[in-house]
Amino acid sequence: MAITLTEVAAKHVASQLAARGKGLGIRLGVTTTGCSGMAYVLEFADEIDEQDQVFEQHGVKVVVDPKSLVYLDGTEMDFVKQGVNEGFEFHNPNVKGECGCGESFSV
Amino acid sequence: MALFTISEPGQSKLRAHAPRKRAVGIDLGTTNSLVATAREGKAEVLRDAEGRALVPSIVTYSATQAPRVGLRDYADAADERSSIASVKRLMGRSRSDINYQLPYTLEDSPNGGMPLIHTAAGKLSPVQVSADILRHLAKRGEEALGGELDGVVITVPAYFDEAQREATRDAARLAGLKVLRLLSEPTAAAVAYGLDKKLEGTVIIYDLGGGTFDVSLMQLQQGVFRVIATGGDAALGGDDFDRAIANWVLEQQGATERPDSHDWRELLRRARAAKHALTDAEETPIEFAGWQGVLTRATYYSLVDALIDTTLRACKRVLRDARMKPEDLSDIVLVGGATRSPRVREKVAAFFGREPLCSIDPDEVVAIGAALQADVLVGNKYGAETLLLDVIPLSLGIETMGGLMEKIIPRNSTIPVARAQEFTTYKDGQTAMSLHVLQGERELVQDCRSLARFELKGIPPMVAGAARVKVTFQVDADGLLEVSAEETTSGQKASIVVKPSFGLQEDDIAEMLKQSYAKAEEDKRLRSLREKQVEALRHIEALESALEADGEALLSAEERKELVGMMEELRSVAATEDADRIEILTNRLNERSLDFAARRMDAGIRQALAGRRLDDVDQ
Repeated sequence: MAITLTEVAAKHVASQLAARGKGLGIRLGVTTTGCSGMAYVLEFADEIDEQDQVFEQHGVKVVVDPKSLVYLDGTEMDFVKQGVNEGFEFHNPNVKGECGCGESFSV
Repeated sequence: MALFTISEPGQSKLRAHAPRKRAVGIDLGTTNSLVATAREGKAEVLRDAEGRALVPSIVTYSATQAPRVGLRDYADAADERSSIASVKRLMGRSRSDINYQLPYTLEDSPNGGMPLIHTAAGKLSPVQVSADILRHLAKRGEEALGGELDGVVITVPAYFDEAQREATRDAARLAGLKVLRLLSEPTAAAVAYGLDKKLEGTVIIYDLGGGTFDVSLMQLQQGVFRVIATGGDAALGGDDFDRAIANWVLEQQGATERPDSHDWRELLRRARAAKHALTDAEETPIEFAGWQGVLTRATYYSLVDALIDTTLRACKRVLRDARMKPEDLSDIVLVGGATRSPRVREKVAAFFGREPLCSIDPDEVVAIGAALQADVLVGNKYGAETLLLDVIPLSLGIETMGGLMEKIIPRNSTIPVARAQEFTTYKDGQTAMSLHVLQGERELVQDCRSLARFELKGIPPMVAGAARVKVTFQVDADGLLEVSAEETTSGQKASIVVKPSFGLQEDDIAEMLKQSYAKAEEDKRLRSLREKQVEALRHIEALESALEADGEALLSAEERKELVGMMEELRSVAATEDADRIEILTNRLNERSLDFAARRMDAGIRQALAGRRLDDVDQ
């Protein structure tokens, strides 16, 4: 089981963490909501729980709780620019369907 | 694909900003009371013009003027006679519970319940006396915060039963205060230390106040305070130390009769002064009614050691309940004025094998914790520092098609909280929706706890998926859950009130959580299976109603037989757990029925066009 980060995504996470001044890494999770059943949660991680899994790449820690991991296994997190908009994007092999906006997905 | 940004922890969902509200925390003590408030996440006790935070829990009544609260010196003997102290001991108690001497006269209440106290202002219930103290404290809060209070948190001993809590609530109501919550005193102390020192681990709160002793074993983790075990004695405190000294004086004096209430009170005051003097001195002179003597530390210890040992026995019981040893504890927190006594600190340190924590004033620590809690409960949040004190122990949600649990309020949300989600109908013409309220972390309904069921009726008939049913979960600060459902196009409403903690014990909660982690893989498989089953049945139902409507007209007997055969095969496979086969058969049925669907559409168009001229259709 693994979660990966592209180098450009890691660079952006690291700089946002530095700007924030604290945090151990980022926490990636899923929550049941939205039009297609599941939605991503992306937050700064200030704490790591006992049962959490931590994936470290390019010097950045990605923290995932075990319940979310089964829906996220194999996901690659990327940072992209779309016109004037920029942000993180997920390539999740578990996804079978996505809602139009891409905020929620089903497996 | 939507692009994501990184949110602050717990802030993924947008929260509404509200104007700052005025809230205070009140430590309504047996001997002394305090009021504190939080500003920008820091709490401080509120002091009077002379800089004193402690308000003696004494109310002086008079026939002609308003009650005075917190008098330290009496102007005359009349004042002294009509001063009521330690009224907290009478809250929610009947006269038979009171087996010690009080310096005032009690009388049974005509309608049972709490006894009435004789005062210069007439016979008063303990609730009325407490209300006068609360009013005084609230006024200090209003002056400091510049306006009427939006809410208060009042602390009560962990030992307080329902009757005692209810009496405290009544007193607040009488004083015109909105109680956000009654918070147990050790929890408040843990809040104060947790926020100031980010304390984590297992902690004993040793609270020896004027009138009560509480010991609580708590686990602090990520700002969540969990009480593991409690113990104590609701009628043991620093007052008993004073009484022990007073009784010793009477014994030395050779008194044969108890002094009257005036003299007894005077004696208690001298006993207290002697006790305080012994904090620094080896011995202190004491005199009473012509008798003179010297109280040494050794004598004092012999008088109070038995009382302190009683508290340590309670500590031992609490540790045993939690199956822990003193060395498992990360810290011991001292609360209550009586823990200033060097003898108490010495014996506590010896018992637990380490020095107790006392960096926050033991008189103020409870009020400070209550103030922090009040600040959160009234709705003032301060970003990442949000205190997760009272949380929803397990997620709350409703049952959706296929026996799945849809979480609406996630586990560990701070209360009060409200969340809404939209649902829709599953069948054409569905006019009612059954709502099943659940609590738990697992994906399937059968693995969660059922809390309540109710029905939303009167949904106007529409095609499946057209109705908009907004389901709102709301949990107030007392943990009361209200679930309401509203069909937004028609305005039909239904709701139910449930107590979410109903039937769920700490152990149940821990067990359910452990299972949800252990079964994450299985739950994922089952969730996907259920989704496929629902999908298969949806296709079957759609095909069934289509066959019924147009099957005879549009299909040959052979075609009909084939579709019905495939449909029945899918129906029987959908009842199994073979997710892959269900998916294959669903897709195959879908493909095979495409032609039939196309013919139905053609027929529909033909029907719509029949008997109409081209000109009409153009428009």
